[in-house]
Amino acid sequence: MSAAFWALGRGTGVVALVLFTVSLVLGIVARSGRPVPWLGRFGTSDLHRTAALTGTGLVLAHVGTLYFDPYAQLRLVDVVFPFLGAYKPLWLGLGTLALDLLGVITIVSLLRHRVGPRVFKAVHWGTYALWPVALMHALGNGTNAGSGWFRALAVVCISAVVTAVGWRLAPSYGDRGWERNPRRTAV
Amino acid sequence: MTTTTVPGSTRRLLGGVQSDVARHEAAHGPLPHLSLHELLELVEASGLTGRGGAGFPTSIKVRAVASGVRRPVVVGNAMEGEPLSHKDAVLLDRSPHLVLDGLQVLARALRARRAILAVGPELDPGPAQEAARRRRGLEVAHLDGGFVSGQETALVNQLNGRRPVPRDPFTRVTESGVDGRPTLVLNAETLAQVALIARHGADWFRSAGTADDPGTSLFTVSGAVGRPGVVEAARGSRLCDVLEATEPRRTAAVLVGGYHGAWVPATHLDVRLTRSDLTPWNAAVGAGVLHVLDDRTCPLRFAAEVADYLAGESAAQCGPCINGLPQMASDLHRIAACVRDQRLPAAVARMAAQVKGRGACAHPDGTARFVGSTLEVFRDHTAAHLQGWCPTTMRPTPRGVS
Amino acid sequence: MTTRLHIDWTRCDGHGSCAELLPELLTVDDFGFPTVRTGDRDPVVPRRLEEAALHAVRNCPLMALRTYQAG
Repeated sequence: MSAAFWALGRGTGVVALVLFTVSLVLGIVARSGRPVPWLGRFGTSDLHRTAALTGTGLVLAHVGTLYFDPYAQLRLVDVVFPFLGAYKPLWLGLGTLALDLLGVITIVSLLRHRVGPRVFKAVHWGTYALWPVALMHALGNGTNAGSGWFRALAVVCISAVVTAVGWRLAPSYGDRGWERNPRRTAV
Repeated sequence: MTTTTVPGSTRRLLGGVQSDVARHEAAHGPLPHLSLHELLELVEASGLTGRGGAGFPTSIKVRAVASGVRRPVVVGNAMEGEPLSHKDAVLLDRSPHLVLDGLQVLARALRARRAILAVGPELDPGPAQEAARRRRGLEVAHLDGGFVSGQETALVNQLNGRRPVPRDPFTRVTESGVDGRPTLVLNAETLAQVALIARHGADWFRSAGTADDPGTSLFTVSGAVGRPGVVEAARGSRLCDVLEATEPRRTAAVLVGGYHGAWVPATHLDVRLTRSDLTPWNAAVGAGVLHVLDDRTCPLRFAAEVADYLAGESAAQCGPCINGLPQMASDLHRIAACVRDQRLPAAVARMAAQVKGRGACAHPDGTARFVGSTLEVFRDHTAAHLQGWCPTTMRPTPRGVS
Repeated sequence: MTTRLHIDWTRCDGHGSCAELLPELLTVDDFGFPTVRTGDRDPVVPRRLEEAALHAVRNCPLMALRTYQAG
């Protein structure tokens, strides 16, 4: 039984990481304003959001199954406060940190129409911190971290994010794909 | 800065008592205490409309803030962001007490939480501050900002500690403005008129002007005139009568309404400064700016430089404005430089149509009106430019503005 | 009571999702900013487009859109 929990715990974690990678890359594509074939702009941002929310759901399953797995030795406090864990406290702590960030980002994003564009945007920048923290947690804490397929998967995810962020920072990224004068705005 | 009064108009606003309250009370009498009901009746009966440019019926604005639960804020707008306008500066210098009286009588009747006179960066707040010294509860604020800083929501934004740029007009300032309270923003001259109406009544106010547009108002006359300055005239006066005392010379056209206004050519200077008479020219009295262009100045070169200025004064918040206005200015410059591109006027017209109504304020609309009027009224002049020569200078490229 | 669509121009960054979702009401201008086809400031949203309009409002990344009821 414990083995099932353990497998489920790891599995949900890995898939969540992949989904967050997809979401981050799609977020950058969406922000670029370029229409993606077949998806369009609406489809791109819709998929970005769906991937993120699905990933969030999987993270909750990930934490849930590991909490009930005696082998993982997860206490309730470890779910919220980072770096207090019994087993691999540093890497577990990064997971807790990622969970905390994810919680804030998700709640603010769901309430974005209430909190306004400035708060939403500021908090959303936190996704650039969330992803590497989650990745490091997976690499350091994950049991599969040493195995080949996981390493390959990690390389693919990292390459995708580095490419996307590189494009985000490049001058060619532009103003949502248009030649424009810059707006002076608070947001 | 000269001030004159058109013969036949009473000198109502520019008494020139400055900050001397004793002379002010001697000239105008004491300011009566009016209840909200009394004041509303007077203002409504007088038919007073705003003197800040929009010409909105003042009684409607006052009613809008009177109906709320929260105590409102009353703001006098003396920002005067339009470079061609000097009437509020002159009014604050000559009759600050009248402006403050208007603020006070409204603030009292509305039980306002705050009463603020907002003075723009180009104006001297001294006389108003001096005049406010002996009054309780009136604030005089010397503020920042450019062309759009006098726009209602931009002014409210600044008073709330934000940038002096407009906000989304969805929430009206009469619902939520300064400190989140219902806010009444009235032009300084409108306040002075209210002060006079409170003393002398609606019938007195209506003894000048027309039935639809009663009273007097201040006009700023600039450009090719011997004696530029501020003129007080009855509403509905003829343009030529208002200009007469300022000694216009070799008039080619008059820009009515400032940089967001429209041209009236010299052939029609007998037009009455009323809404109906000015509508065929797509013009409105606005804040009373009358800029005279003579036949020695190329109107297209003038307009191109105004368009540049207006593009630069955009708050830069709204995409259509920050992109469309520089485009119009650039095309107008090319026309002014006698570039032989026949598509230019259509390109300008297309961009003017594109920017209208697409922004948080009327800056793009006003610019589009000015640019459109220029190409319309100076159609023949434009045609010559497109053939490569300027009728003003009789040269291929016109010299600058004289 | 009709439903109208309001664009907050101080927020709009000309992303264009809205024009994609409401092509009958909106197109984009030379610089990518939404343009109301009828030229109205706050266009009326016909009943059959109300759901699409709601999607557009929720999907705008700058939250520059809202609908409201007008008499």
